[in-house]
Amino acid sequence: MITASSEDLYRVEKKDLFASGHRACGGCGQALAARLVADAAGENTIACVATGCLEIFSSPYPDPNWRIPFLHSLFENVSAVASGVEAAYKALKKGPVNIIAQGGDGSTADIGFQSISGMFERGHNVLYICYDNEAYMNTGVQRSSFTPLGAKTTTTPMGNTTRKKNLPLIAADHGIPYVATATVDDFRDLQRKVKTALLINGPKYLHILAPCPLGWGHTGDLTVQICRLAKATGLFPVFEIINGKVTNVVKIQEKKPVEEYLKLQGRFKHLFKKGAPLKEVAAIQEIANQNIERFNL
Amino acid sequence: MLKYLEGSHGVSQVVAMCRPNVISAYPITPQTHIVEDLARLVGEGELEAEFINVESEFSAASVVLGASAAGARAYTTTTSQGLLLMNEVIYCIAGMRLPIVLTCANRAISAPLNIWNDHQDSMTVRDAGWIQLHAEDNQEAADLHMQAFKIAEQTFLPVMVCMDGFILTHAFEPVDIPEQKEVDAFLPPFKPQNIVDPRWPRGIGLYADPRFYMEVRYILHRALEKSEKVIKQVSAEFAKAFGRESGGLLKTYKIEDADLVIITMGSVAGTIKDLIDQLEDEGKKVGLLQICSYRPFPRKEVYRVLKDKTNLLVIEKSISLGRGGILGSDVRWSFPRTEKKDRKISCFVSGLGGRNISISDLRYAVARVEKEPVELEFLGLNPEIIAKRDM
Ligand SMILES: Cc1ncc(C[n+]2csc(CCOP(=O)(O)OP(=O)(O)O)c2C)c(N)n1
Ligand SMILES: [Mg+2]
Repeated sequence: MITASSEDLYRVEKKDLFASGHRACGGCGQALAARLVADAAGENTIACVATGCLEIFSSPYPDPNWRIPFLHSLFENVSAVASGVEAAYKALKKGPVNIIAQGGDGSTADIGFQSISGMFERGHNVLYICYDNEAYMNTGVQRSSFTPLGAKTTTTPMGNTTRKKNLPLIAADHGIPYVATATVDDFRDLQRKVKTALLINGPKYLHILAPCPLGWGHTGDLTVQICRLAKATGLFPVFEIINGKVTNVVKIQEKKPVEEYLKLQGRFKHLFKKGAPLKEVAAIQEIANQNIERFNL
Repeated sequence: MLKYLEGSHGVSQVVAMCRPNVISAYPITPQTHIVEDLARLVGEGELEAEFINVESEFSAASVVLGASAAGARAYTTTTSQGLLLMNEVIYCIAGMRLPIVLTCANRAISAPLNIWNDHQDSMTVRDAGWIQLHAEDNQEAADLHMQAFKIAEQTFLPVMVCMDGFILTHAFEPVDIPEQKEVDAFLPPFKPQNIVDPRWPRGIGLYADPRFYMEVRYILHRALEKSEKVIKQVSAEFAKAFGRESGGLLKTYKIEDADLVIITMGSVAGTIKDLIDQLEDEGKKVGLLQICSYRPFPRKEVYRVLKDKTNLLVIEKSISLGRGGILGSDVRWSFPRTEKKDRKISCFVSGLGGRNISISDLRYAVARVEKEPVELEFLGLNPEIIAKRDM
């Protein structure tokens, strides 16, 4: 059981509850994040998972690699399924138990947007985790509403022309008690946020940046470095929103230009081709600058 | 106790006495009175359950899926557009073998928008792996819910109780509402299997590659076929406990020496029986075969009762557009291919979108098929409207 002592909160947990044997690509940010989440949550946890890469690489019949109960139904309904599990535990007077709904950016912000909004608004005691790899990876890297400006996907072959939807703020505006963002390079911070969230009653939202080497066009060994650059450029602000107040913002130590982040990834390569218009990179830099100002990074 | 009440009200009272742990539903005409009743019963503390007010039918179905997978007795209700919106979850519930009960207040499907009764909605999910039981009247609609939970929890198959929208849901009739202790004696507490529980970590809803998928679907198909026995048995237990016939696979009326047998489902059976009585007085022998269990379709039983009948008339409230009557093809398929008998099967698509099916409409249909078989006809069409609109 998690207690609120800071020693417990800041300890890095390794319990192998999301065990070896899954089929993710080398360097998969989502597989790493799922392991950190399961180990932070502990044995007394039910994982409800949406269709997507995570579900596919972790749950082939007959040998899933989860060591905690796992429930999968469809692509767009994990929030409602988790709501049902929670309702059952209440009705049957069972528990307490940690109920964690998990999905990719597509299942969370696009097709499952209605369902997650319903879960937040109804106030279920569920932690929702979004593994944000900025596209529909399971079906072959198509654009989602979290695909950043300029990124090439198979359905934005000329580069994406829109900005990322800001789900952490939308989640917070539902009036839920806890919202946070995290990246997979910082185990301690990510696990602390899972544990903190699970101490709070009500709906919680944790948004994790999870690089996808295949979809983003980088080698698996760069996953951690890319996360660090996403933070150092201001492109991915890391913070918590507790009862509506932004807090614990992770400050940038040494600010980097967005080029450093973009140039490591094949999906942005076209932005740096000879003769490519410079205004695209400038527009991405502007997004980073806005984040820095807005969250005081 | 005999009470004079609305069909929806009877159903919600009986559902409440079945002690569901989790209820989730979304309002849609003509199902609304059922959801409202249950919300009130939970709100006022008469029924101890979680009532989850969702933002759509898709979520209602998903909530009961999650609740059932966590070991709760779970119930939902919908109709028409709501059932179609649930479609993906409906398949998932059956594939996951979750014994959920759903009331479908049968209604037509858009477009054009129409809130009145036919059977097109539940027909769209007839292949999903749910048991589908059709009620004839409000007593049977109420009774079938007690049976539905029992059948579902014995077979680990979800059960859909279909009752005609408005014709039953909004009709006031005397309904015998049981005592709580009678329901408790008939329906034991739910003993779930395969649930998500940290004490026994297991995966539910894993994906199956081509080596495994077909076997899982085959097992589901066989489970539906095998459920025929349970449906019959539960109906028999019900008759013993409550002293009235309700449910089962099928029912017949004056079929023994009938020259013509009408086949149908749902509330129109009442009108047909009236016609049969009238025709009997006029010296004509017509009988009725009423399908209660549409899925599993009791084809062996249908064959058994129709073996010697050569003139059959199907009255049905749905259509496979571009193909013809759906119940009609189920009936056709019930006879062995090797059988040499010269059997005439006629099909009338009737009562779509709440069009009234009157005794005189049915009389016309009977007269028609007495002369010659009818492959497919829409009963009671208005040629003037068609002449104006046909392209
Ligand atoms: C209703 C429905 N539409 C489409 C799909 C196909 N599909 C499966 S996973 C997926 C994309 C998943 O993207 P995301 O949620 O971002 O997860 P990721 O695989 O990127 O981790 C899609 C489009 C589906 N399974 N169901
Ligand atoms: Mg994704």
